[in-house]
Amino acid sequence: MTKKPNEMAIVEAARALRARELSVRELWDACAVAAHRENPELNAYLEIFDADEAAIAAAQKRIDDASNAGGEGGESLLCGIPLAIKDNILIEGHIASAASKMLENYTATYDATVITKLKEAGALFVGRTNMDEFAMGSSTEHSAFGATKNPLDTSRVPGGSSGGSAAAVAAHLCIAALGSDTGGSIRQPAAFTGLTGLKPTYGAVSRSGLIALGSSLDQIGPLAKSVEDAHILYEAIRGTDPLDSTTIAPDLYPVRASSKQLRIGVSRHLLGEGVDADILAAFDATLAGLESAGHTLVDVELPTSAHALAAYYVIMPAEVSTNLARLDGIRYGHAARGSTLLEDYVLSRTEGFGEETLRRVLLGTFVLSSGYIDAYYKKADAARAVLRREYDKAFESCDVIAFPTTPSPAFKVGEKSDPLAMYLGDIFTITANLTSMPALSLPMGTVEREGKQLPVGIHLTAPHQAEGVLFAAAHAVEKTVQG
Amino acid sequence: MATTEEVKKLAALARITVEDGELEAFTSEFDSILAYISQLESLDVSSDLKGEKPALRNVMREDGEPHAAGAYTKKLAEQFSKREGDALSVKQILTHD
Repeated sequence: MTKKPNEMAIVEAARALRARELSVRELWDACAVAAHRENPELNAYLEIFDADEAAIAAAQKRIDDASNAGGEGGESLLCGIPLAIKDNILIEGHIASAASKMLENYTATYDATVITKLKEAGALFVGRTNMDEFAMGSSTEHSAFGATKNPLDTSRVPGGSSGGSAAAVAAHLCIAALGSDTGGSIRQPAAFTGLTGLKPTYGAVSRSGLIALGSSLDQIGPLAKSVEDAHILYEAIRGTDPLDSTTIAPDLYPVRASSKQLRIGVSRHLLGEGVDADILAAFDATLAGLESAGHTLVDVELPTSAHALAAYYVIMPAEVSTNLARLDGIRYGHAARGSTLLEDYVLSRTEGFGEETLRRVLLGTFVLSSGYIDAYYKKADAARAVLRREYDKAFESCDVIAFPTTPSPAFKVGEKSDPLAMYLGDIFTITANLTSMPALSLPMGTVEREGKQLPVGIHLTAPHQAEGVLFAAAHAVEKTVQG
Repeated sequence: MATTEEVKKLAALARITVEDGELEAFTSEFDSILAYISQLESLDVSSDLKGEKPALRNVMREDGEPHAAGAYTKKLAEQFSKREGDALSVKQILTHD
């Protein structure tokens, strides 16, 4: 059976467009029709855009001109490809709400750098996707505009905070998507929906035009149907940017060569408890497959990892409370009015922010307050440095480090009402944000829950700027898992 | 651990109001989160704090290449909740009486 256009991966759609088996218009329509049909149930999109006729025509012309000229490789593979964009990434002229009432009516006044790059490549935008408010959450239940459902089992969450982007790709309501990742917000939804998700090295991709959550942790990255697709999107969006001075030159870190035989680091001491038995079994089976394909497993010690989550839940809220201080109801966003200027601020913020946002703003205010900043924030920052050094040391003996992406598969909507229980699910993903290293999740099989097969992910971390090694390792895993 | 009074004070610092009805729940959630992150207090990292310099730091650039005056004025002014022409209209904070 041939695939429907919207079910194709980027490489498949790009080939079909060049072979004239498919027009850009047909590909757009297939995605847009599916999006309109499925969205009432899934709530993956907060808004599905009208067709941009000029962009569709321009993309078709670019593909036609390139093929008339006899070349097929001239144009970006993303030309004419419909993508979904997380609602915290600015597209000029469109609302960017970060799924918050605070920015419900905020229209972006400029394009994020990643959007400029994708427009230049000829990509199309299907719509803006749902998320946890300001990207705070692991389930997309904390959106001010309702939860997103997991297309593989609608009684379950798609993960978060980029849950709308993950659901849109997994349900084939677009070809691929962009999300943002501060503590696992691309990788965990990718694991919950059977996709590949990448958090690049901090500074590899510009954050200009990304609504900030934790500025020392945030990165934009792809959610895609295959490792190859994720790689294509990553190559299209990366690069230094004068609008984001934290972007890094291509040679900031030492070059890591990737060999055919990979050394895969495994930290057994961190897998002892808290991970579901069948996820651990899938992880072990994947590792065994890699070993029989000629790769080597190496034991690595990462003792400070035990404290990583605690450090993260100090640093992230501290940065949140600082970043969200700009939202005060004056220049843009939700503007409530009281009798004094102070009341204007307090009313606007109290009405505009949801519960999880308030919680983290308060937590951040606490850890930064005089008397606590040494005990919490400075300690967490030091733990972060130690953790980074431990990873650097571990990478002397291995190329990538592997974990299961999550301790459990997608949970039920409403199941995790305790905030701390929700935070603990981020245990394997947050270290890459703390150490600034690139990390990727890809499918490693399924586990059964209540008669349904749910996807689970394997998580790979590579040294700084070693995305090449990371993709090589991901291809090796993909080959093993798919047999 | 955290008291409702402390949470109220933090909220005031953060320019937020937490309703009395929600204060108890917030405080107990806050308590469990603080209990978890307080494990950091036992971590000995004093020897690891010295000599650590990030690979990328102090990124500077020359002043210059400003965009044309007024290029974004209209778009930005459209986001104002209340405006007079291109100016943002806010509450008067100084009075003459």
